[in-house]
Amino acid sequence: MPKLLDPVAASADIAPSDIATEVQEYLARQNGKDLLRFITCGSVDDGKSTLIGRLLYDCKCLFEDQLASLEADSGRFGTAGAGQLDLALLVDGLAAEREQGITIDVAYRFFTTDRRKFIVADTPGHEQYTRNMVTGASTADAAVLLVDARKGVLTQTRRHSTIVSLLGVRHVVLAVNKMDAVGWDRETFERIAADYRVFAQRIGLDEVTCIPVSALTGDNVTKPSEHMGWYGGPTLLGHLESVDASAEEKLGAFRLAVQWVNRPNQDFRGFCGTVVGGPVRTGDDIAILPGGRTSRVARIVTMDGELETALPGQAVTLVLADEVDASRGDMIVAAAGRPEVADQFAAHVVWMDEQPLLPGRSYLLRAGTATVGAQVTELKHAINVNTQEHAAAKHLDLNDVGFCNLALDRLIPFDAYADSRETGSFILIDRLTNATAGCGMIRFPLRRASNIHRHASKLDRAARAGGLQKPCVLWFTGLSGSGKSSVADRLEQELHSLGRRTMILDGDNVRHGLNRDLGFTDEDRVENIRRVAEVAKLMVEAGLIVLVSFISPFREERRMARSLVEEGEFVEIFMDTPLEVCEARDPKGLYRKARAGQLPHFTGIDSAYEPPEAPEITLKGAEHGTDEMVAQVIGELRRRGVI
Amino acid sequence: MLLDLLLDTRPVAKDRPVTVPGDDLPAILTTPARLTHLQRLEAESIHIMREVAAQFQKPVMLYSVGKDSAVLLHLAMKAFHPSKPPFPLLHVDTTWKFREMIEFRDRTARDLGVDLMVHINRDGVRQGIGPFSHGSAVHTDVMKTQALKQALDAHGFDAAFGGARRDEEKSRAKERIFSFRTATHRWEPKNQRPELWSLYNGRIHKGESIRVFPLSNWTELDIWQYIHQEAIPVVPLYFARPRPVVERDGTLIMVDDDRLPLRPGEVPEMAWVRFRTLGCYPLTGAVRSTAATLPEIIREMLLSTSSERQGRVIDQDAAASMEAKKQEGYF
Repeated sequence: MPKLLDPVAASADIAPSDIATEVQEYLARQNGKDLLRFITCGSVDDGKSTLIGRLLYDCKCLFEDQLASLEADSGRFGTAGAGQLDLALLVDGLAAEREQGITIDVAYRFFTTDRRKFIVADTPGHEQYTRNMVTGASTADAAVLLVDARKGVLTQTRRHSTIVSLLGVRHVVLAVNKMDAVGWDRETFERIAADYRVFAQRIGLDEVTCIPVSALTGDNVTKPSEHMGWYGGPTLLGHLESVDASAEEKLGAFRLAVQWVNRPNQDFRGFCGTVVGGPVRTGDDIAILPGGRTSRVARIVTMDGELETALPGQAVTLVLADEVDASRGDMIVAAAGRPEVADQFAAHVVWMDEQPLLPGRSYLLRAGTATVGAQVTELKHAINVNTQEHAAAKHLDLNDVGFCNLALDRLIPFDAYADSRETGSFILIDRLTNATAGCGMIRFPLRRASNIHRHASKLDRAARAGGLQKPCVLWFTGLSGSGKSSVADRLEQELHSLGRRTMILDGDNVRHGLNRDLGFTDEDRVENIRRVAEVAKLMVEAGLIVLVSFISPFREERRMARSLVEEGEFVEIFMDTPLEVCEARDPKGLYRKARAGQLPHFTGIDSAYEPPEAPEITLKGAEHGTDEMVAQVIGELRRRGVI
Repeated sequence: MLLDLLLDTRPVAKDRPVTVPGDDLPAILTTPARLTHLQRLEAESIHIMREVAAQFQKPVMLYSVGKDSAVLLHLAMKAFHPSKPPFPLLHVDTTWKFREMIEFRDRTARDLGVDLMVHINRDGVRQGIGPFSHGSAVHTDVMKTQALKQALDAHGFDAAFGGARRDEEKSRAKERIFSFRTATHRWEPKNQRPELWSLYNGRIHKGESIRVFPLSNWTELDIWQYIHQEAIPVVPLYFARPRPVVERDGTLIMVDDDRLPLRPGEVPEMAWVRFRTLGCYPLTGAVRSTAATLPEIIREMLLSTSSERQGRVIDQDAAASMEAKKQEGYF
């Protein structure tokens, strides 16, 4: 902060009442300023951290002790040269970052000018940390993309631009940095700017401003450059102070995702949430989605008193005129301006997990306050973020972007992301690790689901089973050669001799028919299991005991298969035979081929097998004979009342 | 430049809703044309708190008695009004806190009618751990970090609110609002969950937890401004008055009780001082000041040339010390 006055002396000069008035006025002015959130991104070594350090330094947002520690650090880690302050060290906060001289995660910084308050997210340039850049971009109003004047627009610049465009960041600044290193050359700048404008237009970034700067020397960052008289535009800070931060979302209609139901006593039921899209007033007609019940806003409650109107961004508690029920996951919306309600939609997805996104695999999707099961039903194409080309893809890897159809296990309300960031966005969560595995921007709903209605049958599975048995799935999982099929075959004969109705689904047999179009990649394995699980479910509904004998290496797909049938109808049988034993048996000679490299994606060799964590039955294939194991299963089935 | 700002007398829009009294209706507030900066910050924090209340089984609010905790608690009262916050407050008492902090803590909990839990590391007390006998690093680790883990484990809290802000310190600037902790309370800065829009992923396995920082986007000025605007009570130690202090290694240490061992030649003097930040009294340096009112404090802060954590002995232990402490489970 400026003017290094002795605080004690300074305050002694002014009477207390004057101080109070002064401070009041100062604070009121601070509070009246608006806020711009922006990100900085670019390739490694383009000088992002230096630029932010420069903004903080020039805006006098550093304290003496911070400067002192910066001087000390510059000596230890600095890359700006002897005796120079390395401003990047102000922002690189993690020890690993300071040592490696790179940015790993988003750092948020705060500074204020006379005109505006800023939150800047410094985002990593390295491709492997793209997901952290996406984190920063999701809440940004503006993006400053840095390029090195010596290198021009690089692949990284194009990738970051694509993400900025996908995430709907409205204002884009191309800061051509290190102009000092190209002798402040006008042509260099204009060539890079022209290059970039062509590219930006192609990816739908309409508002682009190009500014030549030097973060190192500060030229055109906060002060107009003395070296680039040929440039007549604003400085970077001048531009950021003037871009329109208040641009309303296109939506214009009120939404509130119910976060929490407030029930302090029998007489009060309030729905807590944050207003999005448009203002809400007492007396407004509203609908509660996805259910569709309607009511009116009776009261808008806050601790400071009741409001007549609540604005977008306000966190309020609504009391409705009627005794209608709403809970977390529901959305209260303007009755006259409703969002889409569907269980299928098309969206752009950015994948952020080490485990690839596999179509057919079930994830948790969170949109607003709703959490539902979701699958990518069709990966229409992946987008090459460097070239913008669309390419066919079977899965999305870490940092990939794709355009997908998704199917949810129930209806949710939403808007297109282009109309509302808040109600058009979602994240995908891995069910096993709980990681935030991906994020998505909704484009449009798919109508196909709304015309298909379930037919309710008069006979149920128990009726079809005729009192003979409790229909269920006996799901055998284990390595190739572990003995699944042998045990399943013998078990089926045994059940048959006991007069039970059975069916066996064997991996190899099904792959000759229903699944003959599938290979052995991870995504095909997921689809393989999905189909078999659906067939098994139909057979359970037909009243049968279904024996499924599939390697089924992934926990997630076995969980999915389990979720298709009722509680207690899924018996997971783990053939716990060690790999060495299976490989020694090698009944079909497959391990030999796999070891010779002739059989890629072979489970246990170069594709993972995830053993069950809590199977209903574990069979020790190396220790017991087939008959013994069959007897063990029969015993368990009797205990469970299956037979 | 700031003084110019301070002296600027341009008219300013009213930034607080105006109460309009009605005859028999409850007071209705009028809403301004657009939200102020503080209203936005307030709304974001409330949104975060409600997410935690809805997503977790057993949240707790870490209450350190300082100004950030005061704001945190005030926001919690707002977020769940007319209900009380659906979680208790937890104060980890190192037994070396200023006496005024303890009085203020108990009074606040009583006045607001909220549930306050106090945890002291009894093992540490038995071993006689203290900042003078064992040094600030051991004291902080045992009486604060280990104590906090004990309390979180003992009660099985799955989410814990803290009042940390990103503008405080460099490693804090990198932290998510929902910050994942392993079952051993470790923070893994290189492997943080992406956090997009206002969609917070609070899903965890048993034993894991989330630390939640609703004040992430607030600055020190915002905090004081909000305390001023909302008339939130804070510990009197923030206001200057004559207090007994000794100057030691360039830091003014307040003689809060007779446990402070005086070095040869040290004589406590009465000086006009106040605290910019509060912790254990022997580890928290006072600043010389005559700022005895909120406007004076704010003015002093605006003119200050050092950051607020400077008064904390703890951050000066080693380079990147805060990051290391946070990885170990410190807040």
